Amino acid sequence: MEVQTAVNRTQSNAYLKAVLAIVWKDLAAELRSRELLAAMLVFALLVILIFNFAIELQPTLRSTITPGVLWATFSFAGTLGLNRSMAIEKDRGCLDGLLLAPVDRSAIYFGKLFSNLVFMLIVEVIVLPVYAVLYNTNLFNPGLLLVILLGSIGYVAVGTLLSSMAVQARTRDVLLPIMLFPVILPVLLAAVKASGGFLQQAPMNTIWPWLNILIVYDVVFSAIAFMVFDFVVEE
Amino acid sequence: MSSQPKALTFLTILSAVLFLGALWMVFLFAPLEAVMNYVQKIFYFHIANAWVGMLGFLAAAVAGILYLVKKDLKWDLVELAAVEISVVFFSITIVSGSIWARPTWGTWWTWDPRLTTAAILEMIYLAYLLLRQGIEDPERRARFSAVYTLIGSLSVPLTFFSIILWQTIHPEIIGGGNSGSVGSFGMTTPMLLTMFYCLFTFSFVFVTLFWYRIRLGRLSEQVEILKLKVME
Repeated sequence: MEVQTAVNRTQSNAYLKAVLAIVWKDLAAELRSRELLAAMLVFALLVILIFNFAIELQPTLRSTITPGVLWATFSFAGTLGLNRSMAIEKDRGCLDGLLLAPVDRSAIYFGKLFSNLVFMLIVEVIVLPVYAVLYNTNLFNPGLLLVILLGSIGYVAVGTLLSSMAVQARTRDVLLPIMLFPVILPVLLAAVKASGGFLQQAPMNTIWPWLNILIVYDVVFSAIAFMVFDFVVEE
Repeated sequence: MSSQPKALTFLTILSAVLFLGALWMVFLFAPLEAVMNYVQKIFYFHIANAWVGMLGFLAAAVAGILYLVKKDLKWDLVELAAVEISVVFFSITIVSGSIWARPTWGTWWTWDPRLTTAAILEMIYLAYLLLRQGIEDPERRARFSAVYTLIGSLSVPLTFFSIILWQTIHPEIIGGGNSGSVGSFGMTTPMLLTMFYCLFTFSFVFVTLFWYRIRLGRLSEQVEILKLKVME
């Protein structure tokens, strides 16, 4: 029995190490090239700029429109990052190398998930204050940050899985947003409503249902992606 | 190459006869609805189309899971057939619903949970078809399609649920509070009979089309094999 737990522990340690190694690799590569984050950030700022002219963010409308603008920006910038992060693996043959490594395939999924999540959160952390300054709204709200974290986890959990499918298709650049947006809709809807609730200081009992949807989505879809990732990277 | 099975021919004729019966039921047997008049007659085929779309959705989800478990390409064929039928029938449902909604609700479209979910499902299936188009290797295409079907089938109920929640907090303007209540009507027995008869008929239509589409898939596979043989 004790031997068994010891074996389990070493196995889970090895698994965690593999996940961390992939995250580390992605972060180190990004630190040197900075191409992914730069592209995501510039794109996110451009989207906000376009929204400014497209819907004239007047002060009276801002509090109701802000969550929608923010989440549209995050999801557009997110597809850019997801696409790029997987395309790098595919183009330079890194994915084949990763697949040859003697680790569980799902460790690759979680590794990519975490590094994509880190990139997304970095972009969000920069976009939020910029938006707050540009439109003179206070966005520093712990509830909002929680919603952004939960929403980003759901987004990246499905996005990582679908982007590893999209890069293997002929039409890869256009395919990811088309596949991702219809299935990510519950996350966007719940995140927009919960963010709006926190920003307008709505009572917690109206916000909880949305947080619950986000949590359920995060759990269900990371579990499903974990189970089916093998089918996606199989050669 | 096998000729068309007798049972399929029989099923085709049966569906056609049942369909003629459905037309008779809808136009001559079912009474006119007092308020909506002839427009209400869309309802019978609208419901039946949505029913076929749902059957396709369920069949696709089951076939997708079966493919992932069994790794047999025949389930991929079944899944594609189900998705294609679902796409066609859901678009008919959406269009017929809009035609009904215009005179009844005064608008072509509302963001009602059912309408929105049907539209999202349609989008997922269009993405599915685009995904298939982008991959040549049949085995990989089957795997990716099955995974995407699984993700789609899980997200659709969640989408439906979250839109219901969104609706209760944001009441509909069009239709005065509850959009479901406008255009609802008490159904008399002949109306109910007609509705169930239409559902029955369209179930046969579904099975017939499903069979044809799977058969078509098999035949085109055989053509591919024969082509390769000729090239050698």
